[in-house]
Amino acid sequence: MIAPGFADPGMDSQACFRALLTAMSYPGRIVALPSPTGMPSGLPPAMAALVLALCDEQTPLWQDAGDDAAAWIAFHTGAPAASLEAARFVMVTAALPSLGALCAGTDEEPQDGATLLLQVAALSEGAGWVLQGPGIKDAARLRVDGAPDGFVAARAALAPIFPRGIDIVLCAGDRIAALPRTTRIAESG
Amino acid sequence: MTTGYNFAYLDEATKRMIRRALLKAIAVPGHQVPFGAREMPLPYGWGTGGIQVTASVIGSDDRLKVIDQGADDTTNAISIRRFFARVAGVETTESTTEATIIQTRHRIPETPLREDQVLVYQVPMPEPLFKLEPRVRESTKLHALAEYGLMQVKLYEDIAKQGEVATSYNHPVIVDGRYLMSPSPIPAFDNPKMDMNPAIQLFGAGREKRIYAVPPYTRVESLDFEDHPFRPIRAPHACALCRSTESYLDELITDDRGGRRFICSDTDYCAQRQRT
Repeated sequence: MIAPGFADPGMDSQACFRALLTAMSYPGRIVALPSPTGMPSGLPPAMAALVLALCDEQTPLWQDAGDDAAAWIAFHTGAPAASLEAARFVMVTAALPSLGALCAGTDEEPQDGATLLLQVAALSEGAGWVLQGPGIKDAARLRVDGAPDGFVAARAALAPIFPRGIDIVLCAGDRIAALPRTTRIAESG
Repeated sequence: MTTGYNFAYLDEATKRMIRRALLKAIAVPGHQVPFGAREMPLPYGWGTGGIQVTASVIGSDDRLKVIDQGADDTTNAISIRRFFARVAGVETTESTTEATIIQTRHRIPETPLREDQVLVYQVPMPEPLFKLEPRVRESTKLHALAEYGLMQVKLYEDIAKQGEVATSYNHPVIVDGRYLMSPSPIPAFDNPKMDMNPAIQLFGAGREKRIYAVPPYTRVESLDFEDHPFRPIRAPHACALCRSTESYLDELITDDRGGRRFICSDTDYCAQRQRT
């Protein structure tokens, strides 16, 4: 049987979007999302909530969380499954694919660049990576436990193609932090 | 809240589409993202773009302020506030500090904004190059290449002909050193307030179907030349009501014999100063 989604789809989607807008606007800031009433095993609550809030039949989606997740996403959002290259939303709960394989948009339509939802073990502010860029006054610190090996370097390799690029939302439990394509990361202060 | 409407008037699919556009607009500061603007129950030019952005952002615990040329008490501002009170049941306010979302036509409030406030601009013409390159396909290419020489030449010609840059409002800006952006027709006086502002600035153009954004703490530079630096312009008077010599002033004609008064365009700021 397919698990339920949001208890109140309209208001929960709004709260979820607003939290993500805050996270994207202030990169490195950790925000909590309202959790769906139910979700398939293998999806962290924050990732499930973001998919419910943002995806529909207009958002081709790639995910690696398995058949239960695929059925749940299809039932609640109607988002069509797509290849990694064609997906607007990419959900990664296991091995991180090469970031270069994701759609980065074009110079004329950089908004077509994918949004990557990436599961990590834990997030905390005030230590770890040093973030700079739009949305950050001076610098922000974000500690990410369980980030894939080579993640920071792989992401930095995409910086020269700006305005093309991909935007990343790190998901740990029901909490997220965002790394839009404009954010520069130094691994230590 | 009036029943019979979805929360905040727009249907959920439309709000999702606009929300996705807003998130990409934040990720690429100053870039215009096309969106499927809907017909709204008011005519183009009255803030259809701003209303769609506000409707997609607002939640039941928000407090909404709407200003038109700085004023809370004009027809347009009152109508939009009443619209959201009816279709979203939200509280409204005239106070800049109490508001969580401020929808604005052609001004930035005098009271400094803070983190987590959202400023929604109503934009008539999002394309800053429109008068120089009317073909959308061409202007899109110019943005892709960051080729903004046309605008520099236009400002140069202003200086050559008139001795100064002739744009007292809608003066073009460069966002985060990359995109040329229309600040919407705010007075040039307000341009410096966009720079490194702690609030989230969102722009909606309904007729032109474009959304763009300036994230908080983002560099916004008004286009100028080293030997002709950008100057914000303000009428050299004090407000007749609150005596402010720092706020942006409206000129009022008071009779047919040349009488005039200058008063603050920001009614909330002026009223606060008169109270204290």
